[in-house]
Amino acid sequence: MDTLTKLLDAKGCPLDMQKFTWREMAAKPISKLDDDAFTRVRVILMNGIEVDALRLKNIGARFHGALRLPLAQVRRSEQHQATMINWLVSADHSPLETTIAYEQVAIEVTAAVAQSEPDPYQAQTYRFGLLEDFDHLYRYSAMLDRLEGKDANNILQGYTDIIPSRPTPEHHRAPEDDLRESYRRESAALITKIHAAMITAAEYQTHDYYMNVGPTFADPVARQLYAEIASVEEQHVSQYGSLQDPEETFLEKWLIHEAMEAYNYYGCVEQESNPRIKAIWERFLDYELGHLNLVCELFKQHERRDPQEVLGGTLPKMVEFKSQRDFVRKVLADEIDLRAKGTRFVPKREEGAVSLEYRKQLNSAGSAAQSASAGYQWTPGTELQRKAS
Amino acid sequence: MQNVTKIGLNYTGTQMSPKDCERQVRASMEVQPDFTGDERNIAILRSTTIAEADAIGSVPIPGSAKGMVITGLSKLAGQSPEVLIDKLGERLAFERGGTRLYEALIAKVESIPDTSPEMLGRLKHFHDEEASHFKLVARALEKLGADPTAMTPGADVSGVTAIGVLQVISDPRTNLAQSLNALLTAELADNAGWELLIDLANAGGHANLAESCGQALAEEQVHLETVRGWLKSELMSQL
Repeated sequence: MDTLTKLLDAKGCPLDMQKFTWREMAAKPISKLDDDAFTRVRVILMNGIEVDALRLKNIGARFHGALRLPLAQVRRSEQHQATMINWLVSADHSPLETTIAYEQVAIEVTAAVAQSEPDPYQAQTYRFGLLEDFDHLYRYSAMLDRLEGKDANNILQGYTDIIPSRPTPEHHRAPEDDLRESYRRESAALITKIHAAMITAAEYQTHDYYMNVGPTFADPVARQLYAEIASVEEQHVSQYGSLQDPEETFLEKWLIHEAMEAYNYYGCVEQESNPRIKAIWERFLDYELGHLNLVCELFKQHERRDPQEVLGGTLPKMVEFKSQRDFVRKVLADEIDLRAKGTRFVPKREEGAVSLEYRKQLNSAGSAAQSASAGYQWTPGTELQRKAS
Repeated sequence: MQNVTKIGLNYTGTQMSPKDCERQVRASMEVQPDFTGDERNIAILRSTTIAEADAIGSVPIPGSAKGMVITGLSKLAGQSPEVLIDKLGERLAFERGGTRLYEALIAKVESIPDTSPEMLGRLKHFHDEEASHFKLVARALEKLGADPTAMTPGADVSGVTAIGVLQVISDPRTNLAQSLNALLTAELADNAGWELLIDLANAGGHANLAESCGQALAEEQVHLETVRGWLKSELMSQL
């Protein structure tokens, strides 16, 4: 399978054959202790993608009456796919531990995407956002250690470093500095469109997760930390969302989203180490191909266009689910002092007054990211291990 | 034996990925913390918010003035009757939740093929006693003119405390020893809770209440010692 054209040739599982039971949707979860961290990375990523599939289709249905029924039909299957995936995260993950896992997804997947993205500006945008999620991991790891007395590396399993990056208090920017140049639908590579859709989906999920669990914390520092980082995640959704061409039609975006889902499931199938979870990825790849084919037919019917206009070209390299430590360290060394000004990335000294003023006001009563991580140096077994020795 | 603790591929420790961990530690040494301070910075922020915080909630005003005058709270005038009512509310919530904990544990024990019928019978007996303690406290609250259906602050906080115990016992993956360990946490708190309630009832001049609580405490002491014994025996059998 070299191109998406061939992927498209596979008809997949027809929508009316996509069946679920409550029992299998809420089936056995993965093990926090005995499964590889990248199994959890894939679970979180694919849930984010499915939830974004619902989001796109629900918003689309508000504008396109003729598509409401097929949208609702595909959504129903995706609702149940999302459930089956998200319920794989076991109940012994505290919300902070799940947060560490979310940041690992943001770091490792965005780093992989940044390296395979052919458009230099889009790749730069991914590297820019990556450094901020990398910093969030460090702040949350300090919080986990100092609130629950737990080592974030029990979740990360050695794949991801826990060090400061561009400091979270400096992530807060005025909205005009969070928008980016979008790709051009006529000229952009399919992989560029897929990357923008998948990273937007992942960041949206992270934002929503923090907004949901933030207020469930009793600790005032954790509450403020989630409030602060959730705001940055909204900036990231704004940033990555603006990478997509607003001139694309809704059906074009739907087509890209389905292709993106199939592309990611294919990557999961290829790399999954847990046989039980691999079977889920195989099943859902088949389901997504069913969705993709259905949308291709709708595209022909409603737009009188050939889906190959959108899906043509070579199949992009699959996302590599592995530690991107070396790449992240290089980006950190080279780009930590980049800032955003309008849609451009500029040296720190050239940052615009609007964002500086915006940040000064937001941080005027302190920053929980700063308080939570003051002097924090990750040590195996928590910082108490170092202090006790 | 159900899900006995075994040696396996646990990936969480650094010994499972020594090369990666070495690089992680080196990174931590190379990139120093960017903000000075330590965990006391968290304490400062906590102190500020503690000083500004509202209470969890209040003890409801007794709905039955008649009952209050006849039997209960009038005797406590000047002795902060809300303290006793709050503690009774907490006991009520704890016993009601405890009943449900036993139901979850019984379901787990029933699924283990080699469980002794004697153990199952005792668990059901303890379950029934928890339920009767709940009713005992509900009646005591009614006698004092208080509302046994209200959630007092103590009841609310004890519910938050119990979340972890419930998560452990209701998780299908946890084995008998892990579940008993969680139940032991609950039973230890339960015993201390009854002892404290008896002291408060006596101090408030409620000898009858203290006496009925004494009966419940005696039963809870049996729960505690039995659960402790089961846990020890379960772990010893796995050695």
